[in-house]
Amino acid sequence: MDLTTVEAILPVRDRAALAGAHRGAADTALLAGGTWLFSVPQPHLRALVDLTALGWEPFEVDEQGLRIAATCPIGALADVPFAPDWAARPLFRQCTRALLASFKVRAVATVGGNVCTALPAGAMTSLTSALDGVAELWPREGGVRRLPVAELVTGDGRTALAPGEVLRAVRLPARALRARTAFRRLSRARLGRSAALVVGRREQGGAFALTVTASTPRPVVLRHAAVPAARELVAQVEAAVEDGPGWFEDVHGDLDWRRASTLRFAAEVVEELS
Amino acid sequence: MKLVVNGTAREVEPRAGQCLRTLLRETSHVEVKKGCDSGDCGACTVLVEGSPVHSCLYPALRAADREVTTVAGLGTAEDLSPLQQRFVDAAGFQCGFCTAGMVVTASALDDDQRADLAEHLKGNLCRCTGYRSIRDAVTADAVEPLPRSGAVGERVAAPAARRVVTGTEPYALDLTGDPADGAVPPTAPLHLAVLRSPHAHARITAVDASAARALPGVHLVLTHEDVPAVLFSTGRHENRLDDPDDTLVLDPVLRHRGQRVAAAVAETPALAERALGLLAVEYEPLPAVLDAEAALEPGAPLVHGDKDAAASRIADPQRNLVAELHGGVGDVEEALARAEFTVGGTYRTARVSHVALETHSAVSWLDDGGRLVVRSSTQVPFLVRDELARVLGLERERVRVLAPRVGGGFGGKQEMLVEDLVALATLRTGRPVQHETTRAEALSALPTRHPFRVAVRLGAGRDGVLTALAVDVLVDAGAYGNHSPGVMFHGCHESVATYRVPNKRVDARAAYTHTQPSGAFRGYGLGQVVFAIESALDDLARELGMDPFELRRRNVVVPGDPFVVTSLPQDGSEGDDGLRYGSYGLDQCLDLVQEALGRGGEPAPAGPSWRVGTGMALSMIATTPPRGHFADARARLLADGTWELSVGTAEFGNGTTTVLTQIGVQALATSAERVRLRQSDTDAVRHDTGAFGSAGSVVAGKALLVACERLADRVREVGAQLLGAQPHEVALGPEGVRCGAASVPLAAVHAECVRRTGSGPSADGGDDAALRSVAFDVQGFRVAVDVDSGQVRILRSVHAVDAGTVLNPVQLRGQVEGGVAQGIGSALFEQVRAGADGAGAETTLREYYVPRLDDVPETEVLFADTCDTIGPLGAKSMSEAPYNPVAPALANAVRDAVGVRLRELPMTADRVWRACRP
Repeated sequence: MDLTTVEAILPVRDRAALAGAHRGAADTALLAGGTWLFSVPQPHLRALVDLTALGWEPFEVDEQGLRIAATCPIGALADVPFAPDWAARPLFRQCTRALLASFKVRAVATVGGNVCTALPAGAMTSLTSALDGVAELWPREGGVRRLPVAELVTGDGRTALAPGEVLRAVRLPARALRARTAFRRLSRARLGRSAALVVGRREQGGAFALTVTASTPRPVVLRHAAVPAARELVAQVEAAVEDGPGWFEDVHGDLDWRRASTLRFAAEVVEELS
Repeated sequence: MKLVVNGTAREVEPRAGQCLRTLLRETSHVEVKKGCDSGDCGACTVLVEGSPVHSCLYPALRAADREVTTVAGLGTAEDLSPLQQRFVDAAGFQCGFCTAGMVVTASALDDDQRADLAEHLKGNLCRCTGYRSIRDAVTADAVEPLPRSGAVGERVAAPAARRVVTGTEPYALDLTGDPADGAVPPTAPLHLAVLRSPHAHARITAVDASAARALPGVHLVLTHEDVPAVLFSTGRHENRLDDPDDTLVLDPVLRHRGQRVAAAVAETPALAERALGLLAVEYEPLPAVLDAEAALEPGAPLVHGDKDAAASRIADPQRNLVAELHGGVGDVEEALARAEFTVGGTYRTARVSHVALETHSAVSWLDDGGRLVVRSSTQVPFLVRDELARVLGLERERVRVLAPRVGGGFGGKQEMLVEDLVALATLRTGRPVQHETTRAEALSALPTRHPFRVAVRLGAGRDGVLTALAVDVLVDAGAYGNHSPGVMFHGCHESVATYRVPNKRVDARAAYTHTQPSGAFRGYGLGQVVFAIESALDDLARELGMDPFELRRRNVVVPGDPFVVTSLPQDGSEGDDGLRYGSYGLDQCLDLVQEALGRGGEPAPAGPSWRVGTGMALSMIATTPPRGHFADARARLLADGTWELSVGTAEFGNGTTTVLTQIGVQALATSAERVRLRQSDTDAVRHDTGAFGSAGSVVAGKALLVACERLADRVREVGAQLLGAQPHEVALGPEGVRCGAASVPLAAVHAECVRRTGSGPSADGGDDAALRSVAFDVQGFRVAVDVDSGQVRILRSVHAVDAGTVLNPVQLRGQVEGGVAQGIGSALFEQVRAGADGAGAETTLREYYVPRLDDVPETEVLFADTCDTIGPLGAKSMSEAPYNPVAPALANAVRDAVGVRLRELPMTADRVWRACRP
């Protein structure tokens, strides 16, 4: 929709220009794909700072793993040259398709935009937090701050980004990419908005991690040196959520259903990865 | 910047925050549609450098120097692309508003994507078709060509098909025509925006509009101080007294969140919005009642306590009672006490939004003669004209209302929701003014389906013969009474009359609440009550150990049985409301569904948590509304030997234009290319009640048939004289009137008639629907239910209809499929929720989930073989009815699968899961 109060779109071509344009003012937002920004009224906005002119490579593969630029279109993840031993590859497709948005939207929407919008059902948050993704942040004053994605997203629509801070990229370590993953998703309609999304990861060294999104306002990650017993993990998930951010409920599903399904998924993930 | 669309470049200066969709429409590419404006429906899909994008989400500035292709760039009406031709041949649209985006998206799919269509069309919503025909258009190996012309009973494409699939068929705000033709405004319109109430109940204590009015570019600000003090109802009926007069154009009392507070008219939509932001409004919040049961309690806050009961036709404004209905035969209590088997339960249905892809919109202007013209997306142009004249204090002749093709209605456009504001603004400014509602407004402020609470009790003997049927119905009218009396009466009428029971009781009340108003919606209350009765009957069949089809056979009415209990709604007693058994095919429908349900379908998903069950339900519907539904029609032979047919009824995807053309083609022995249909314009004919109550084909059709037959007689008579023959010796053909080897062209017949009488041959026809028939639907489902997640998967869907003579099998199938799809939406997904403060939670089509392609299974559609004695050419209406039995058939199948009865709609996965908990 037209953002009728926006008076300028400011393309920036380098970090200095970005810092100059994006000072953390409440009336200024970062524009990447624009698919969320243009989907709801934004009466508080006067300016959009366009990141796409920065020309960031969408993704880079090296020995450490995969670095995904914040401006990488979600649809472009299908083009990542996965190393043959990156067993986590199916998770990319699963999380991409977990989005309610159509493939047309996903071709434009970006990984960074999805993470920074910080919706509990943000499937790029699910993907990158489940693979131990670390966000590379550009603080306004310069330098780089690194923060796990699971800590970048702090709640429904909330992030740990400081005013003027920009998500530059998410780095996924090769160790996590080589892991086997198990994926479970709950939604009212088969292709509807996620109400619970659980990913298990078993690394080649045996380490195990379980990541819960969509049924919690922010990612909840549990780690073990080896695949735990299902009963133990379920109890841990329950405690971690209830002592932590609590369960999440919105128009896409009731709380008790999301809670029970998340716990069931945790047990199923253990079974699949054992 | 340079914008290149369909190969043509032009210089444009988009606004910074503008999206590509509005830029395209402003540059006359109105083939790009707005369905949601939030990237959810896909109607605005275009190709940018060959990739499909939702143009409402795409910053206009990004299109600089890129090739944009719209649906009109894929092919033209004269030269369709192969894919566009497939959409024509598969009848892959009804209203056609989603079609441009559907075609563009499908054009970009590769073989792999087509093979996974559910995933790749999940970003394209269609509210009409149920998707089967779209799937055929996109993926079928071969699509049989659909003829452009044909007589009644044949497969025929919609006359507008080639324009619809190229995006060139205009809708209300597609102002592309020549102003000289009188159907579009003479100059670009101003834009109207509405400020809406932030309170469920409040009084406006002060409004300061001075800053808004002073804003340059603002032409008018309307507050409650600036509007006529005339109470009316947004709900429109033939008899305006059917609905309570409880509404003002702008009211100082706000009775629901989202009610209009004020309106601003400005050069651009953005300026109009800015003006609203400058309004200083002071509110005095008042106590609100959000629940229909609480509203009827003594001491509840009053919604219309200020109204005079008699003047506004409200049953009791001091009790929030809009209307009530009580009637019965026999003694239900005694019959229940004596019954060998009894079942009962209380059922609840949800607030459901129509989600016509085209939101409510209208544009108005003054014509050369100073007459007010309103071009609107409406099902009822004549009724809107009459009420506009009344509210605005104009002579009826001073107002013209016309409706181009309507982008979906489903009853939602049997209301006057935008026309009053634009008309008033045009009268005040003298300028053309348009108002296009947003999807958020449609979801959270405009009328929805009435939520019902229905308590049902049934009694029967061991033989399965019903002895008692009682319903106690509570209807949530919302804040205004539009359609509430009618929905309540109709909801309790055919539903209860379907069964032959000696003891019946109906008690129904409609209550005002401080919530979004309820209004007309496909089925008009029947679906809600049928959900309760058919669910209870299923329980009864289980109690009896009897097959549910057999239980129905033993108890449904058959010709000769009276329609009991509320056949004359005004006084709850019986009388002749014109309802007859013009034909009867319910027995066939039951047999057809029972047989078909036993075969075919998808296998259940693997896994121990999936349970399989079957269920069925039926419904009866009167073919037209009671107490008169009127249609005038006129048929003329033109000087060039072609025909002009004029009707008042509107086309909103129901296919009446197709059927009416077929009727003309048959009665005038011609072909569709030689017929021009004028429609839905108060200038076209004297009167038409409108396209609701499934009346489009049967009432206007009957009127048109009469006009065409009279005209054919007249043309034969003149032709015979020219040929020196007797009228009975000549035959009418496409080219002329023929007698043996001799013939005279139609143009010559026209010329002769002009020579003799001063005008060409023409004839009028009319119908009053004084007699009405009954039509039947039976739905069967086999489902799999995952008790772990609560998901319901439909494995098999069968629907049989008794629609009399089938006027167009392709179109009838489409109407049934679309009704079933909407029924599935209501049954499984859809609900507008009001929070504790009355605020709606659903403002986008992400939050309000309507079925996607993946959610709608293919339904096998079966036709009973009957011929009606009342409808035109033996036909009965069939556009709203298929909705009605869907939810109970699904609930019964779920009950069969998991052993639990769900009594509340929608049966979302979380509710099903909860019901399955031990």
